[in-house]
Amino acid sequence: MQLPKLPVGDAVEVLVYWIEQYFGWLLDAISGGLGFLIGGFQSILIAIPAPILIVLVSVLVWFVTRRDIKLAGLTALGLLLIWDLQLWSLAMLTLALVLVSTIVALAISIPLGIAAAGSDTLNAALRPILDFMQTMPSFVYLIPAVIFFGIGNVPGTIATVVFAIPPALRLTNLGIRQVPTELIEVADAFGSTPRQKLFKVQLPVALPTIMAGVNQCIMLALSMVVIASMIGARGLGYQVLVGIQRVDIGGGFEAGLAIVIIAIILDRITQNLVPQHNERS
Amino acid sequence: MKLEGSVIFEEIPIEYTRSLQPIISVRDLTKVFGQDPEKALELHRRGRSKQEIYEETGSTLALDDVSFDVIPGETFVLMGLSGSGKSTLLRCINRIIDPTEGEILLDGEDIVGMGQEELRTTRRRKLGMIFQGFALLPHKTVLDNVAFGLEIQGVPAEERHAKAEEVLQMVGLGGYGGSMPGELSGGMKQRVGLARALTSDPDILLMDEAFSALDPLIRRDMQDELLDLQQRLGKTIIFVTHDLDEALKLGDRIALMKDGAIVQIGTPEEILTNPENAYVEKFVADVDLTRVLTASEVMRRPEPVAQCTAGPRVALHLMEEHDIPGIFVITRQRILQGRVTLDAAAEAVKKGKQLADILITDVPAVAPDASLSDIISLIVESPYPVAVVDDTGRLRGVISRGAILGALARKGEDINATA
Repeated sequence: MQLPKLPVGDAVEVLVYWIEQYFGWLLDAISGGLGFLIGGFQSILIAIPAPILIVLVSVLVWFVTRRDIKLAGLTALGLLLIWDLQLWSLAMLTLALVLVSTIVALAISIPLGIAAAGSDTLNAALRPILDFMQTMPSFVYLIPAVIFFGIGNVPGTIATVVFAIPPALRLTNLGIRQVPTELIEVADAFGSTPRQKLFKVQLPVALPTIMAGVNQCIMLALSMVVIASMIGARGLGYQVLVGIQRVDIGGGFEAGLAIVIIAIILDRITQNLVPQHNERS
Repeated sequence: MKLEGSVIFEEIPIEYTRSLQPIISVRDLTKVFGQDPEKALELHRRGRSKQEIYEETGSTLALDDVSFDVIPGETFVLMGLSGSGKSTLLRCINRIIDPTEGEILLDGEDIVGMGQEELRTTRRRKLGMIFQGFALLPHKTVLDNVAFGLEIQGVPAEERHAKAEEVLQMVGLGGYGGSMPGELSGGMKQRVGLARALTSDPDILLMDEAFSALDPLIRRDMQDELLDLQQRLGKTIIFVTHDLDEALKLGDRIALMKDGAIVQIGTPEEILTNPENAYVEKFVADVDLTRVLTASEVMRRPEPVAQCTAGPRVALHLMEEHDIPGIFVITRQRILQGRVTLDAAAEAVKKGKQLADILITDVPAVAPDASLSDIISLIVESPYPVAVVDDTGRLRGVISRGAILGALARKGEDINATA
């Protein structure tokens, strides 16, 4: 005997239709805004001549890693390789997509994380949503993105943002909750307002943990930007996808290598952005 | 339980009752941790024990009708084992923990009923706090940590840094302002903690096991420095500790707590010699008596003594009569001049010398308020009794090795007899 099939699929279609009907203007606004941001970042990155940007990024790495000359040198070599492989403009587009996705994801996740740290109710409500977001296979996010925003860079960015939010939110929440009770008591005992407590004690003390979240956010954004090439996001990921479709092992590998180089550089920069306050042993 | 607190309260010694208005006045303070404090309080009023209340409601009665007064300039020690409620009580005073019932008057103002704005002002102006784990902000320099209170008050950077530097000098950390807290040792960190509390110049310092995390030697230094600072600045200090030695050393008065209630309030002397009940006795049973007893408590009457106007013959006679090998020489005003020995006196009589010729002026002497632990080695090493001399130079008594043993035995018996 066959159970009657629940019309889940039909219901979703109705919902999508309803959203497009009544919130089409909002979707258009989001689409327009993101498109503008991506275009802007991409134009700026492309406008800077590659050699200059290579030097700038290497100096930045040298600076944030507290004068790790080896790492700065490897950064320069890696970027030179990308340039040499003639993947520079694609790499800049990927970087633009990652930066925009990360900025948007952080703009949502950090305030929400702060709010969740201050409210057990909100935290309890967010937890299943975050679990859902993190366990759902990442390309499932591509479907609603395509439905509402078509194909191209914008839906790719949207899917990426959704994918990159959970770790930054969780780690912000965790970092603030892990601030030692005595430090919170210091803020209270000396007469802080709630705002002073947040900005002078909780956020600075939680900053290393929050930065670990930012780091994760960037890494996930980079991996998702590659997957988002399946719905038409351009850049290095698309090059990999083309490599797969045409069985072009060499081309796919080159683009993959460029992604790895960018990932490592972004990781090293964000990991070292905040000094650790080590205890004297 | 309520009675106990108030009965003890009336037994405050005269020197405290005649003093100024209390700066802190805690009245019938009760704190219940848990979901349903009303029900817990109701059970408590019906005389149920802490344990029964917990089993029935899941709530913990942390403070149980606590009442006491603290006068300006006093160091008031809250002492008890962990879980006795002493830290909770301390945190009620600046309302980091909100009491369930009762009132806490600071300069006559009830902090329990204050609104948020008023509470912040009171915390900024009147209350400084020092923590067991130092609680320095790891991302701020030492100077910025010390200036934290002023930063919260919106004092401009230049002004607050100048003030912070000044206080750092005072606690002996001048020049460390640019260090990060992670670079300092435990003792230095707590000096920073102390400086931070002092910078906004509060009337009251709340110290929560402030020295408990330090090594014993550094701990003693910090205690001495606190006493010194207290003398100079005259702050009112509420000091929480589980260490009786520390309580006896620092406290003008001590409140001994158990299960959220105050068992006894008194001066260190009163707590030791006149324990209110078996619990206090047990608590003080293994205290190091040499730290508590002073020279004046163990000394004996200086008899016999020789007047300096008397001749060696008189001195010799006194020594022979009392069968002692030496004798202290004093003036008519009982000012200690020195000491002569039996042999020297006998020889002086033979050769016709004066008492002044055979006087040994370099004799060990101690002050009446010196603690026994500080002078015990001097007494043990000295071949003859040590003189106790007050600050005008008068001989008040003598301490022999036997006297110390006697006093320790007596004190020990006192304490055991009341147990």
